[in-house]
Amino acid sequence: MIELITSLMAITLRSGASLIYATVGEIYTERSGILNLGIEGMMLMSAVTSFATVYHTGSLFLGILMAMLVGGAMASIHAFLSITMRANQVVSGLSITLFGSGMASFLGQRLGPESNKGYLVGLVGAKFEPIAIPFLSKLPIIGAIFNQDILTYIVYLLLPAGWYYLYKTRNGLNLRAVGENPQTADAMGINIAKVRYLYTILGGMLVGIGGAHLSLSYAPGWTENITGGRGWIVIALVIFSMWNPARAVWGAILFGGINAVQFRLQASGTTIPAAYLNMLPYLATIFVLVILTWWEALSKRVGAPSALAKSYMREDK
Amino acid sequence: MRIVFEKRKTLSRKAIFLVPLASFFISLILTAILLAIFKANPFVTFIAMFKGAFGSWPNFTETLVKATPLMLTGLGVLVAFRLKFWNIGAEGQLTLGGIAASWVVLFWTPFLPPWMVLPLAILVGMLAGAFWAGIPALLKVRLKVDEVLTTLMLNYVAILFAEHLYYGPWRDPKGFGFPGTPQFPDFTWLPRIAGRAHLGLIFALVLALVLWFVLNRTRWGFELQVIGNNPGAAQTQGIHIAKNIMTALLLAGALAGLAGVCEVTGISRRLQQGLSIGYGYTAIIVAWLAQLNPIATIIVALLIAALLVGGDQVQMMMGLPASMGLVLQGMLLFPMLAGSLFTEYRLRIIKTKLRDAQSG
Repeated sequence: MIELITSLMAITLRSGASLIYATVGEIYTERSGILNLGIEGMMLMSAVTSFATVYHTGSLFLGILMAMLVGGAMASIHAFLSITMRANQVVSGLSITLFGSGMASFLGQRLGPESNKGYLVGLVGAKFEPIAIPFLSKLPIIGAIFNQDILTYIVYLLLPAGWYYLYKTRNGLNLRAVGENPQTADAMGINIAKVRYLYTILGGMLVGIGGAHLSLSYAPGWTENITGGRGWIVIALVIFSMWNPARAVWGAILFGGINAVQFRLQASGTTIPAAYLNMLPYLATIFVLVILTWWEALSKRVGAPSALAKSYMREDK
Repeated sequence: MRIVFEKRKTLSRKAIFLVPLASFFISLILTAILLAIFKANPFVTFIAMFKGAFGSWPNFTETLVKATPLMLTGLGVLVAFRLKFWNIGAEGQLTLGGIAASWVVLFWTPFLPPWMVLPLAILVGMLAGAFWAGIPALLKVRLKVDEVLTTLMLNYVAILFAEHLYYGPWRDPKGFGFPGTPQFPDFTWLPRIAGRAHLGLIFALVLALVLWFVLNRTRWGFELQVIGNNPGAAQTQGIHIAKNIMTALLLAGALAGLAGVCEVTGISRRLQQGLSIGYGYTAIIVAWLAQLNPIATIIVALLIAALLVGGDQVQMMMGLPASMGLVLQGMLLFPMLAGSLFTEYRLRIIKTKLRDAQSG
C-alpha cells in the first residue's frame, strides 16, 4: 500500500512539474494584465525544439535554453500584438496556439536526423535523470519528493520565490499595480508597456521550461500533441490558484494526481473504457472551475487582476 | 517628433477593406520566407496551391466540400463572438452533432418511414450541438464560469466520446477492424450537388443570409450588438443579458451541430475517424477575418477552404506535412490582428521643437 502511494506520488510530481512551470509563468503574465491563451502552442513548440536540440547536441542545458528562447520569442509575438498593436488578446492567444501546434508538428517532421527522414517521433535522446537525495529519498511516501530530477527540484524553489517576488518586493508591487490599475501605475511613473512586455516574455520562458519538461523528463521524447491539452489546463490552474504563485502547487498536484490515478487504473486492466478515463482531466477542469467560481462569488473574493485582457492606452483616458 | 495613436470617431471604412487585403499580402510574404527556409520554392508552392483549389472543376468542388463545415461553424462562432462570448467549442459541438445524427440513422431507422430519417437526424444533430454549447452558456450566465475553458474542455470530451463509439460499441463488425460505424443506408445520405459537395452548402448560404438579416435588421440582432459592445448600457436599457446569451449560444451550437450532421450524412456516410479535423478551430479564424459579418464569413470560409485544399495538394506534390495548413492560418491571423489597430486608431506624427513639450 505504502509502495503504491509512493509511486502514485512520484508520478503526480513528475506530471505536475511541467504544469507548475507553465502556471507560474502565466500567473506573472496575467498579473501584468495580459491574458495569453497561446500556452498550448508555446509548450508544444518548446517541447519539440528542446528535444531536437538535446538530440543533436546531447546537452540538456542547451535544450532548456532553447525552450526558454522559443517560449520567450512566441510570447513576444503575443506581447507585440496585444500591447503595441492593441489586438484582441483572446484571438491573438488562440492564433499563437494554432500556429504553435502546426509549427511544432511540422518541425517534428523536419528537425530529426537524415537517417530518420527528418522525423523526431520515436527517437530517444538524453533526458533528465532522477537524483536521489541520500537518506531522505529512502523515507516512506515522502521519499518520492526527494527522488526527482533537477527540473522538479527547481520547482520546489520556484514556488516560494515566485510568491516572494510578487508580494514582498518593489518590482512585484509595481507588477501588481500595472495589472490592477494601469492608470494609477502610469501616474506613479511606471512604464506600463515595458512592464507588460517584460512579464509576458518572462512568463513565456517559464512556459517554455514547462514544455521542455514534457519532452526531456516526463515523456521523454517527442510525440505529436505531447501536451494533450495541458496548456489549456494551465489556464484553468491560474484561476484555480487565484493568481498566487504559491497556490499553483495545489492545482498541479490535483491534476498530476488525476493523471497518476488514470495511469494506475489503466495499468490494472479496469473495465472502464479508456476513453472515459481520458476524459477525467478535462471534466475535472470544468468541475473545479465551477466550484471555484461559485465559491469566489459566495465569499466575494476577487482574484483576477482588474485590467486583465484590457489594452491600455494613455490617450484613451 | 513623436508618434501617437488617435482614436477615430468612427471605424474607418477604408481600413475595413484595406487591412484584410494588406494582411493577406503580408502573410503571403511571411509564408514565402518560411517556405524558403525549409527549401521549398514559395512561388511554385503558391501556384500549386491555387491550382489545387481552383484549377479544375473537381478540385473546386472539393474546395466547396471543405468550405461547407467552415461556413456553418464560422456562422456559429460569429453569433457567439458578437456577444464577446468566446466560444472555442465549435469543434466539440460539431462532433456531438455528428454523433447524434449517426445515432438516429443507426438506431432509429427500423422504426421510422425512410423519408423521415434524414430530417430527423438533422434535427437531433442540431439539438445535440445546441445542448453542447448550452452547457457552457448556462454555466456562464448562472455562475459566471469562464467560457473559454468550458467550451474548450468539452471539445476534448466530445472527441473522446466519438472515438470511444467508433472504436468500441458502434464499430462495424464487418469492418475488418477499421475504426468506424457501418455505412448508413443510402436513403439517409444527404443529397450531393456537384462532386462531393452536398446540400449542406445550400444550408450554409441560406443561413448566412437569414443570419445577416437577423443580426442587422431585427431587434434581437441589435440587442446582441449592444450586449457585446457595452454590457452596462444593455443592462440599463433593460436588455435581458442572460436570456440573450443562452439563445445566441443555442443557435451557435445548432449551427456547428448541423456542420457535423452534414459531414457524417453527406461526406463519410458513417461515423468514423476524421470527423474532428479542426474545422471548429479554423471557424474562429473565419469568423474573425470576416469581422463577424455573416456574408463575409461565406467568402472567407471559401478562401480558407481553398487554402486547406491547396495545402493538401502541395502536401502530396511537394511532401510538405499537413500541419503546414495550421501554420498558414496562424500566419494569416498575425498581420490581421496587428492591422485591426488601424480600423480604430489613426497614426499621427506630432513634430515638437521643445523637448519639454513631450512630457505630460
